[in-house]
Parts: sequence; structure tokens; C-alpha cells
Amino acid sequence: MFERFKPGVLARRLLLCALLGAPVVPLVAWSDEGVQIGIDNFKFNPNPLTIAKGTEVTWTNHDDIPHSIVLNALGVHSKAMDTDGTFAYKFDKSGTFFYVCGLHPFMQSKVIVK
Amino acid sequence: MTAELTDPNRRGFLKCMTWAGSAMLWTVAGGVPRSHLIGQAEAAETGFTFAQVSDSHLGFDKPLNANVTGTFQEALDRCTGMADKPAFLIHTGDITHLSTPAQFDTGAQLLGATKLQTYTVPGEHDILEEDRKSYLNRYGKGTHGDGWYSFNAHGVHFIGLVNVVNLQGAGLGDLGKAQLEWLEKDVKGLSASTPIVVFAHVPLWIVYQDWGWGTSDGAQALTYLKRFGSVTVLNGHIHQVMQKVEGHVAFHTARSTAFPQGVPGVAKAPGPMPVPPGELKTYLGTAKVTLVTAKAPLAIVDTPLAG
Repeated sequence: MFERFKPGVLARRLLLCALLGAPVVPLVAWSDEGVQIGIDNFKFNPNPLTIAKGTEVTWTNHDDIPHSIVLNALGVHSKAMDTDGTFAYKFDKSGTFFYVCGLHPFMQSKVIVK
Repeated sequence: MTAELTDPNRRGFLKCMTWAGSAMLWTVAGGVPRSHLIGQAEAAETGFTFAQVSDSHLGFDKPLNANVTGTFQEALDRCTGMADKPAFLIHTGDITHLSTPAQFDTGAQLLGATKLQTYTVPGEHDILEEDRKSYLNRYGKGTHGDGWYSFNAHGVHFIGLVNVVNLQGAGLGDLGKAQLEWLEKDVKGLSASTPIVVFAHVPLWIVYQDWGWGTSDGAQALTYLKRFGSVTVLNGHIHQVMQKVEGHVAFHTARSTAFPQGVPGVAKAPGPMPVPPGELKTYLGTAKVTLVTAKAPLAIVDTPLAG
């Protein structure tokens, strides 16, 4: 898990975990500022990503070649992102959502929304 | 070549490097192909010739080649400056990097300045806009479907196919049912002795499936062409020269005029491949195709921009 948490958010999650008697390791990324997925050398990172419902995910392309995001089950097709280009999508439904790069579909990953 | 790709090793890599940086003459004679490296001085042929340029990626502005307009211009100058000036140009796609109107304008300007008739097919970088119309609005007139067509020149039947609209699996090109049906009808009335040249962006043969370097239904298209004595397939997309011959069908991919890509099975990903400073132009270039009468119908000479 590479997601960043704001201190307040992390504390809230730890408290919630403790109250529920659950392991204190946060398994689901969630942040008021959303969660980032980087694209480096034709790979998504993190892969896969687990988030809480309502989280906005932002993909950022760090490659020298454009990429796009295609979430077929949600009918989402981003525009091509050139270097440093971004695409954001808020996941409002629970489920496992597979996605690929529309230009290079061998680049595959999934977002698990809990 | 294919064996080297599936069994990468240092020797195979170096061989590819040598190949990529040298001019190459390729002749198919009565179904028996011969290919050998040549110097530019030997490249002159007489007869009907046309030139292939590919993957100009106008708009690409990264340090590897911050002047793709300049290298494309240089490639076109090579074509128009040939002693035996080509009858026309074929651009096998990725004219632009991001399908923007400005990039298409630059392409039209540079191609128009050659005063040569230009035939094109789209690459996936030419149809990035939402409605995919940016390419068709400019180059789609008189074509079918997503932009496929055929024409005759000097006794050769040319077929431009579109295989970048509906990528399959890992990203393989796809022709689709409608285009395949059209192709079958298009060649039906032709004599088996008619030389056929097919051009499309993504290789029609499977070069490297893991990167989507091939066409899922390319083999189906080739069944309609197997009765012909001479079939030459010209592609781009992979930014390096690769060749393969199957029966009477010769496959050929061209260099990019913008930047090289990694060798499949060796590079970790198919993106722009960094090259030593000063060596970029040995990885870029054009292809000249000559129709030779008698038993050697087609010869292809790949020429790097430098080296």
C-alpha cells in the first residue's frame, strides 16, 4: 500500500479499527484529498488499489508516451494523458473495477472499492 | 528474427541494433525472398518506386527527439531528393502524437510541400479525440468504414487497411468483420498475378503479442491474399525494421521518423528508447519500394536518416 493519509484521517481510521476490534493495519485507502495512481514505464502503481466508497482516484502519467484509462464496466474512457497529464474519477459504487490503458491494453489493473 | 525475439540474448540484441542502423535491400523473387544489407550507393533502382514513411508523431516533444518536425522534414527531403523520385508516398500511421488539429495541420503542410500524392492509414495516435473524426475529416474522403480503401498504380493493387480502432486483448490490432468482408470482395476479381501491396499501421503478423504488436485477425485477411503470387505487407507502429516471409507474402515494418522503440523481449516496455547522443538518426528513416519487372517484383530499401 502506497497511499498517503493525512494524520487526522489515519488517527480516525485507527480509532475506528480499535473500536471494532479489527487489525490496526489500514487495508483500505481513503482520504479527503483522494488517492493517487502513478503510471511509470507502462505500469500502474499501486496495482491493485483498494479504496473506500466515495474516494476520488487520480491517475498521473509519468511516461514519455500518452496513456488513457478505460473502465469498461463503468463506461469510463479518459482522454489521452500526455506526460504529467492526469485523470480523476470518483468511485461511488462498491465493487471490483478492472481497467486498462486504452492505447496499451496490456497495461491492466483494478480498483477494489469497499 | 522471430526466434531471436522469443529467445532474447545479447547476440540477438546486437544483431537487431546493427540491422536497425543500416540500409537494407529486400527482394522477393518468384516467392523466394532474398535480403541483404547494402550501402546507400547500391540502393538506386530503376522502374516504379514509392516511398514509405511512418510514425512521424508530430507533437512529440520529449528530450529524446525535441524536433520531430525536423526529422520528419528530413525524411521527406530524402524522398523528394532521390534521383529516381518516388511516384507517391505512403504514410503508415501515427502522423500525429496526440491527434490535435495543430499536429494534423503540420503534417498536412509537410506532406503537401513534397508535391507527391500521399496515401495514409491512421495509427492509434491519430484517433485519440473522442469522436475519432480528426483523422477521417482530413484523410477519410473516398474511403470506407474507418478509412480503409484500395487503389491501383503501375499494375500493382494497393490496399490501405485500418487496424487501430478496436484494439484486442493485450492491444493487438483488429480489422473487424466489415473490413474483412470488404477486403474479400476487393480482391475477388483480380488476377493472381497482380502484385499486391497491403499497408496498415499495426503489423498484420504477430511480432510480439505481449505488447500488442500484431493484428488479431490479420491471418484471416491473409487467407484472401494467399492465391496471389506477390504480396507485400508494409506496417509501422513498432518503430524498427523487422521482416518476415511466409510463402508469397513478405512482411515489413518501417522505422519511425520520430523516435525508436525498444526491442521486444529485451526492453522492459515498448516506449521511446533512449539512444546514445548523436546516434538518434541512425534509428530513424524511410523505406523506398521499387517494382522490378520479371521475377523480382518488389525491392524494399530501408534508409536511416544518418549512418
